[in-house]
Amino acid sequence: MTISWKMIAATTLVTVVFSGPVAAADDLNLPRQKIDLVAPPYVHAHEQATSEGPKILEFRLVAEEKQMVIDEEGTKLRAMTFNGSIPGPILVVHEGDYVEVTLVNPATNTMPHNIDFHSASGASGGGDLTLIGPGEQVMLRWKATRTGVFVYHCIPGGPMVPWHIASGMSGAVMVLPRDGLKDGTGKRLTYDRAYYLGEQDFYVPRDAKGKFKSYTTHVDAFADTMEVMHKLIPTHVVFNGAVGALTGKNAMLAKVGETVLIVHSQADRDSRPHIVGGHGDYVWETGKFSNPPQTDLETWFIRGGSAGAALYKFLQPGIFAYVNHNMIEAFELGATAHFRVEGKWNDDLMTQVRAPGPARKTELQQ
Amino acid sequence: MLSRGVRLLTIWLRFAAAAVVAALAIAVLAPALSLWSAPTAPIPDLITLRPGSFAYRAAGEYLRDARPVTAPLLAAGQTPGLSVMRQQVTEADYQRCVDAGGCAPVDGDASPDRPMVKVSFRDAEAYAAWLSRSTGLRFRLPSDREWAYAAGSRFSDDAVPEISEVTDPGRRALVLYDKGADRADGSVKAAQPIGSFGANEHGLVDLAGNVWEWTTTCFERHSLTSATEAETVTANCGVRVVEGRHRAYIPDFIREPRAGGCSVGRPPSNLGFRLVRDD
Repeated sequence: MTISWKMIAATTLVTVVFSGPVAAADDLNLPRQKIDLVAPPYVHAHEQATSEGPKILEFRLVAEEKQMVIDEEGTKLRAMTFNGSIPGPILVVHEGDYVEVTLVNPATNTMPHNIDFHSASGASGGGDLTLIGPGEQVMLRWKATRTGVFVYHCIPGGPMVPWHIASGMSGAVMVLPRDGLKDGTGKRLTYDRAYYLGEQDFYVPRDAKGKFKSYTTHVDAFADTMEVMHKLIPTHVVFNGAVGALTGKNAMLAKVGETVLIVHSQADRDSRPHIVGGHGDYVWETGKFSNPPQTDLETWFIRGGSAGAALYKFLQPGIFAYVNHNMIEAFELGATAHFRVEGKWNDDLMTQVRAPGPARKTELQQ
Repeated sequence: MLSRGVRLLTIWLRFAAAAVVAALAIAVLAPALSLWSAPTAPIPDLITLRPGSFAYRAAGEYLRDARPVTAPLLAAGQTPGLSVMRQQVTEADYQRCVDAGGCAPVDGDASPDRPMVKVSFRDAEAYAAWLSRSTGLRFRLPSDREWAYAAGSRFSDDAVPEISEVTDPGRRALVLYDKGADRADGSVKAAQPIGSFGANEHGLVDLAGNVWEWTTTCFERHSLTSATEAETVTANCGVRVVEGRHRAYIPDFIREPRAGGCSVGRPPSNLGFRLVRDD
């Protein structure tokens, strides 16, 4: 297997060499803006609507192969990432903007990497034009013609595609309408905070005793990992790269009365987000803002290979679990994140009418 | 055809009945036989605590006039002496019980220097019964109060006075959540070798390490009425108190606690046990 993927990589590298120089983008007489990306679940500062014209937005993504701990037991994954995090950072632009991405593959890496933007048109979403080996970098520009939230991921060819994705190489792009988000009647919708939750499935091999194995190199991990992947039963399903990564001291913060935008991506498997004790006020289940959002949802659906967006205004204080409501995945495999919400309790919405105590015979008989 | 079938069935049933009787006889005699023939289990290393007094934070939930309040700090008065296992029951100890047919098989390496974990209350009770049979002594799990007395300075008071009488469910949830989040820092998940967490002032090792210990204390809810000073108690013995770095309430059949209540709360890392001896 190791020989065949190297051959695939070599073949595609040759293609890159003959695909010609990348245009310098000076032909576009547009203002430029450099965006510093931030690690999820945070979203870089952005305008929800803009009165300015289209721009060229410059982003830098660095492929990083490394070892990451993915659960509280200390299980180690031979991870592959964009900018060091799982998921990669979210890129926010407006419709009509040009997204100019510099992809870097540091010499410390061992494998070719590239990037397929679901939001872009042609050449495998840019994958065909961005495949680079360790020690190289490439610049790609695509026009944001469709609004919505979209997945991006590594797509280096053959079995490398599912392996790189299952190792952490995916993220999201949000293309906002220039005049902002709207409900089904055209009314503007805004948010006070935005979070990006990338849901990730991992397939970590086990030893004869059932304990998770760790590997000294990525190549060592490849064959065993593919074997687990072929069975399609993940060992972990997590938000933000690890079991419990968005709980406890890392719980996402909000206040009662605030509206939160939640972008949720899954590059592999289907998911069914649900806020325990909350709702989806407005949900773009398929993630594309040209469609009217659904309202008042209890649970929604994220198709594998897509991103969705939801707006929710928190109405009560406390801890709100954001789960994949396949509760087996949420509680046993790790797909639980928490919102920690400060504020004042609303007794009208909910109250404990009578405290717990012994069951009363008369009431039981009624 | 039918009558022949019935006759054959009758014969078979007679044969089966005889076999069952024989099997039952063996089953009844077996424990007694094994007591005579099998080597007795080694008597665990025990430390005898002298009688003393201490203040004990009651386990369970307390409500006063329907408001959740801090559990009372009970002056436990003179506590009788207690013989406690110096260390937690090890994988090797537990394996002896499994081999003798006294305990349910549970994953483990039969290591003599690792605490037995992934055991339920029921598993621990079975072990205590087997050890008592095999040694002719009376071993049992401690009550929560006995555990607290043995733990001494290692006992963690789980009272949260800042939310006593607070009825806002959001406020309560946030305070308890933050307390749990604080506790999570620096915890090692895998059970560590015996002695890794050192001894307390009594010489008992690994109390409040990262292996929690089962107690016999049932989960209780106490409802107090101020006007009458009346108290009603509802006990749920399907849920027992486990003790360690913090207190937890775990259903008696659970071997691996993963999550606390619904979506929030830190679970114990590992479930194990140590026994006390009744003299």
